[in-house]
Amino acid sequence: MSAREDIMARIASALHDAPETPVVPREYRRSSNMSAEQRLEQLVDRLQDYKANVFVTPAEEASAKLAELLAGSTSIVVPHGLPQDWLSKLTDDAGMPAIEVDSPERRLTVAELDALDAVVTAAATAVSETGTIMLDGSADQGRRIISLVPDRHIVLLRASDIVEVLPEAIARLEATRPQTWISGPSATSDIELERVEGVHGPRTLDVIILT
Amino acid sequence: MSNTFLGMPSLPVFGRGNLNATEPFPQAAHRELANTQLRANLGHATHTIRYKRLKVVAELPDWEQMRDAGSAIKDATMANLPAMLEQFEANFTARGGIIHWARDAQEANEIVTALIQETGETEVVKVKSMATQEIGLNEYLEDQGIAAYETDLAELIVQLDHDKPSHILVPAIHKNRSQVREIFLREMPAVDPNLTDEPARLAEAARKHLRKKFLSAKVAISGANFGLADTGTLTVVESEGNGRMCLTLPETLITVMGIEKLLPSWSDLEVFMQLLPRSSTGERMNPYTSLWTGVTEGDGPQNVHLVMLDNGRTAALADEYGRTALNCIRCSACMNVCPVYERTGGHAYGSTYPGPIGAILSPLMTGIKSEENNSLPYASSLCGACFDACPVKINIPEILVHLRGEDVDSQRAKVKVPSQMDFMMKGAEWAFSSGAKLNLLEKGLPLGKLAAGRDKVIKKLPGIAGGWTQSRDIPAPPSQSFRQWWAKEHKPSTAVVPGNAVPGHAGPGNTAGHGTENSEGEQA
Ligand code: SF4
Repeated sequence: MSAREDIMARIASALHDAPETPVVPREYRRSSNMSAEQRLEQLVDRLQDYKANVFVTPAEEASAKLAELLAGSTSIVVPHGLPQDWLSKLTDDAGMPAIEVDSPERRLTVAELDALDAVVTAAATAVSETGTIMLDGSADQGRRIISLVPDRHIVLLRASDIVEVLPEAIARLEATRPQTWISGPSATSDIELERVEGVHGPRTLDVIILT
Repeated sequence: MSNTFLGMPSLPVFGRGNLNATEPFPQAAHRELANTQLRANLGHATHTIRYKRLKVVAELPDWEQMRDAGSAIKDATMANLPAMLEQFEANFTARGGIIHWARDAQEANEIVTALIQETGETEVVKVKSMATQEIGLNEYLEDQGIAAYETDLAELIVQLDHDKPSHILVPAIHKNRSQVREIFLREMPAVDPNLTDEPARLAEAARKHLRKKFLSAKVAISGANFGLADTGTLTVVESEGNGRMCLTLPETLITVMGIEKLLPSWSDLEVFMQLLPRSSTGERMNPYTSLWTGVTEGDGPQNVHLVMLDNGRTAALADEYGRTALNCIRCSACMNVCPVYERTGGHAYGSTYPGPIGAILSPLMTGIKSEENNSLPYASSLCGACFDACPVKINIPEILVHLRGEDVDSQRAKVKVPSQMDFMMKGAEWAFSSGAKLNLLEKGLPLGKLAAGRDKVIKKLPGIAGGWTQSRDIPAPPSQSFRQWWAKEHKPSTAVVPGNAVPGHAGPGNTAGHGTENSEGEQA
């Protein structure tokens, strides 16, 4: 017998009493009753609690805000599907960082990514109650590696993509896409259970919420 | 193959690996209790985390509803485990993942080793994983000439110190900051000699130490928090980003997951990703959660393996009173609230799984007859704090009592000569069988008083009863029993009027303590 068959037979034997399958009670909150403003406010509060830097910016000023945050950086990476107009101020103005584009045609190597100052991505959705931003590998968010190796991650999130509770986000996401859920910069509580920010993942997380 | 079960249930096959205590709990606990530094570190840490957990749990108006859902989802998973596993396997495989099955620790270690050897690598990076801890993978790999680097900060501390984890979430919970600093200074090559004991500086030192390893690693090994049957998706929940590094950068990813880790569907994650972070680190959400389904072209490892591990899980499943222990999501809330764990620490439990959950899970997986683990179900005062804290409502105290019963039965089956306990129980049976016999016995009370001497305490009882007096004195018995006192105060003339009975006094014909053989309704 193969190990698989063996284990399956053991399970069948273990369940000889045919335990019944309970009906799952789903009485918990599965949708929001907050206004868009309340969700925005809650998300800002939660992200700041995690020590992320949060900026609420009108959508048309996205590019200006990005340019302001990146002044002084030498090089950044963006996924190939990032909206071009977010980058307009970066490409036009002199003294702005060099932009590397990661695309299926040209995938940056680990070493290349490690040499860059920052990564700029969009986000799929965000949960205000827990302060969580979800990336799902879409063209405006890119491969998981690009939002991991650079030490600074700047996320642009559309306010209309903010939901209040996790079940709402789960309903929006596609399970089989490679996902990263981010709640603040990397952190650890491993020493005396005291939370400190900044370990292996990006040590700085900037979130620009576009209204 | 078909999963329809036709024959007699076969005997459960128990697990092996780091599931056994190397010495009985009372003995280990005795030693650990003497370590005052350990107790101070643990007291501080468990109190911090308890407070944080309570705060974030209180924030949610629907926490109890979430626990009910979580508990039912897990029960449903276990009841349909064969179908869940098949569904998961089909989905994971359809997307390019490769599944291996391991009956026990040895088989799992062999599979992982062979997979690594195929890549030609001799170094691997590891994400913290209870399953690989349980099967003793690191030690096994070392024997095969493969170095496995733990990358979670606490695991790194433990590994550098050649120590053993003492907590499932924060394996180095028994170390304080200055001890961590000493370990780093002693064991980390190229560490800054001016390293302070500030947690932020220590975390930075770990980042520097591991960065090159991450960026050049070709093979990673992980565990998984959840596997979703309807999509074939795996999940790793973490904080530091070491998990993301291991799950994203290498070419080959080998995950070891217990067969009980499945959830029926993607939408069930909405329950568990609320229950887990709040219960474990006391955060609204952990910093990073990674999800992957087989292979994604161009994104992350292209050789994706999963080892499905039994190692005694099916034995636990076969125990209908104990099987809910498999519902555990390893949040560690039960150990953080446990008064026994807080004082003895995790090492005293011996097994990879310490604390209240370990006290039931380890013997369920190894079998209660396993000598070393039969003391574990007694490592509890049955206070019930673990049950209240458990996000999936595992009734740990009830299972502890059930396992104590199993242990007593198995001991009795083993011992032919009646034990001291048997004699004591026989004696009790005789004494309590009638009021007259009890009366006779109670006449001996003044003797006990005599034995206690002038300071009116008994310091040492003989035989196995001596265990009781090892850490406490017993006050001298009174010169008369309650029953004797009652009999004196309530002469027949003052007996209660029939039909006007007081509680505890069942009514007519029951003249307590008067030497009648009527013991019914006797409360004295
Ligand atoms: S038994 Fe419950 S409280 Fe303890 S670790 Fe498991 S899920 Fe958490």
